[in-house]
Amino acid sequence: MLLVEDGTLGEDRWRHLEDDEAVPEDPAITVSLARWLKTRDTLRTHNGKLGLRLPNNAAPEEIAPDLDRLDLIVLNFPKFTDGRAYSQARLLRDRFGYKGELRATGDVLRDQLLFMRRCGFNSFVVGERAVAEEWGKAFGEVDVFYQKAADGTPWVMRQRLGKPN
Amino acid sequence: MYRYDDFDHRFIDERVAQYRDQVRRRLAGQLSEDEFRPLRLMNGLYLQLHAYMLRVAIPYGVLSSNQLRKLAQIGRRFDRGYGHFTTRQNIQFHWIKLEETPDILAELASVEMHAIQTSGNSFRNTTTDPFAGAAADEIEDPRTYAEIIRQWSTLHPEFSFLPRKFKIAISAATEDRAAVKMHDLGLYLRRNEAGEIGFEVMVGGGLGRTPLLSHTINPFVPRRHLFSYLEAVLRVYNQYGRRDNLYKSRIKILVQSLGPKKFAEEVEAEWNASDREAVALPDTYVREIAAAFAPPNYDRSPTDEGAITRDAAGNSGFARWLKHNIATHKVPDHAIVTISLKPIGETPGDCTSDQMDLIAALADELGHGEIRVTYEQNLVLPHVRRDRLFTLWQKLDAAGLGSSNIGLISDIICCPGMDYCSLATARSIPVAQDLSRHLAAREEAIGNFSIKISGCINACGHHHLGNIGILGVDKNGEEVYQITLGGDAGNDAAIGAILGPAVKSGEVTASIDKLIDVYLDRREGSERFPETYRRIGAKPFKDALYAPR
Repeated sequence: MLLVEDGTLGEDRWRHLEDDEAVPEDPAITVSLARWLKTRDTLRTHNGKLGLRLPNNAAPEEIAPDLDRLDLIVLNFPKFTDGRAYSQARLLRDRFGYKGELRATGDVLRDQLLFMRRCGFNSFVVGERAVAEEWGKAFGEVDVFYQKAADGTPWVMRQRLGKPN
Repeated sequence: MYRYDDFDHRFIDERVAQYRDQVRRRLAGQLSEDEFRPLRLMNGLYLQLHAYMLRVAIPYGVLSSNQLRKLAQIGRRFDRGYGHFTTRQNIQFHWIKLEETPDILAELASVEMHAIQTSGNSFRNTTTDPFAGAAADEIEDPRTYAEIIRQWSTLHPEFSFLPRKFKIAISAATEDRAAVKMHDLGLYLRRNEAGEIGFEVMVGGGLGRTPLLSHTINPFVPRRHLFSYLEAVLRVYNQYGRRDNLYKSRIKILVQSLGPKKFAEEVEAEWNASDREAVALPDTYVREIAAAFAPPNYDRSPTDEGAITRDAAGNSGFARWLKHNIATHKVPDHAIVTISLKPIGETPGDCTSDQMDLIAALADELGHGEIRVTYEQNLVLPHVRRDRLFTLWQKLDAAGLGSSNIGLISDIICCPGMDYCSLATARSIPVAQDLSRHLAAREEAIGNFSIKISGCINACGHHHLGNIGILGVDKNGEEVYQITLGGDAGNDAAIGAILGPAVKSGEVTASIDKLIDVYLDRREGSERFPETYRRIGAKPFKDALYAPR
């Protein structure tokens, strides 16, 4: 199931292609980084929306020139304790100015959602056990933040200085 | 000291509510232990052999008397009437019930305390000089920066799931009293030629299985850019630190494998690419936080030093205490007092609730209501008038807190060991107790000396940095103890070297005795143990310990 930022649950409308799978005519598709790097020029001409699955050991710099063509970037948490994708997300948002959908997959747990959203994620692939209101609540449990992050929420130092953002 | 404002209060209340809900979900079976584990660890709750252990953060080791009284109350109500001060300036309660933990956190929140990030693979408590604000040799009060870092590192969204835990220490004085170089990241406050404040940044220190001291990667990061520089270090670590092996996941291994120079370049590149101004630390803000650490209202009337001399002459216990437990204060007629939590034969760092209450009362009466915790597991009253020292000592002594052994050989650093820690492979407390009992008689003659004991390779007892270090290990079901020599903390930090085969648990005290004999026999003048050891080498010690009789 897919959870979006506003706390509602929905369906994933993207097709996630294997590397040997033919590219269909027009639906929204995602491809692996390897495939993207190999056939980037052809893929850019795809009719529908384009997404990319970035493994968590890849440097976001690699796809920085392509961000204007991407509507979705999928980052992965192989285990919730593996926090590399948080830094990838911040780099994509803050440094490379990516504006499209940033999706968390893998071991995505309720109690990490807020960290993810702050780093710039705005959709989350969650397990079947997810209950919309229970999970949606996670975004609002804490609303005082001590750091600047990618979501633009006010942070305490600047709030104290009277310049919230 | 720093007081919470509305933001801090709101934050801490939200966290307590969030944690209460997590415990509710755990008790209702909605969360498995596997799922709950990371959540409780983010709040300092460990599951140990006998019970849950709660580690409460004491930010940079600073407590008010009210906070200490609250810790006493928690010890009484939720534990067995005591607490254990740790080598990271925190306190642990060892007999805790899961269902009571939300209430404990609410009690802590009522005095502006918490247990956030006292475990888990994120920032831990930022530690500093226990004499901060009172030391005669400091450039500025490091607590200002420790507090700024504490807030910045609290629930950092990007760095809460690092490869491994991350410890920061900061010192602003000539003498390093915070063992800064053994931390993942160390900061020495510096003033440059233009008179501006900045930080020497050292990275890659740590003990454990691979003991290493940190390397300077930038000699002067301007204060304004503290956050962006720290974020650059952490971002490099978060992306490239090893995650395949628990024992190779600390930043020290990354620094070691890349080399400090290459690591520094990576950080520099990341820092240069980042938007420093977006997170710049304005001078006005630093001043605002610094105001919270304004000095207390000192009574500056002159002390009758003659009276102190007379009291000392008439009371050898007091004289000894003056000699060992008192440090120079930056304000005339004042002293920094260290209260030893190492009574001979007792558990290092343990403090009963009654003792905590007494110390809190004494802090109110004689010390502007302030208490500090040292990484050596003692407590400090940082601002005491010299003419009140005799009264203070009498009251402490009556409560079993008058030990005069700061910096002496019975001032042992010791982890909780196998009795209280599920990681430990051997007991450490009984070893410390026996050594302390045995060596106390000649500790004056031995002089400044450090013994540090860990019950496992994780080295919470800092054994690598002990003049004599003792590491308990399990060898085929038997507890044996490895001895290292020549370690040192502070400015001259050094990692000790293993002397030879481990000794049996019953032989530790006798073995250490022999090593001390060699030292006393061979030292020249006022040479400290590490100096003697470096000069004469390991052989005389080996011969004494392992020579066949």
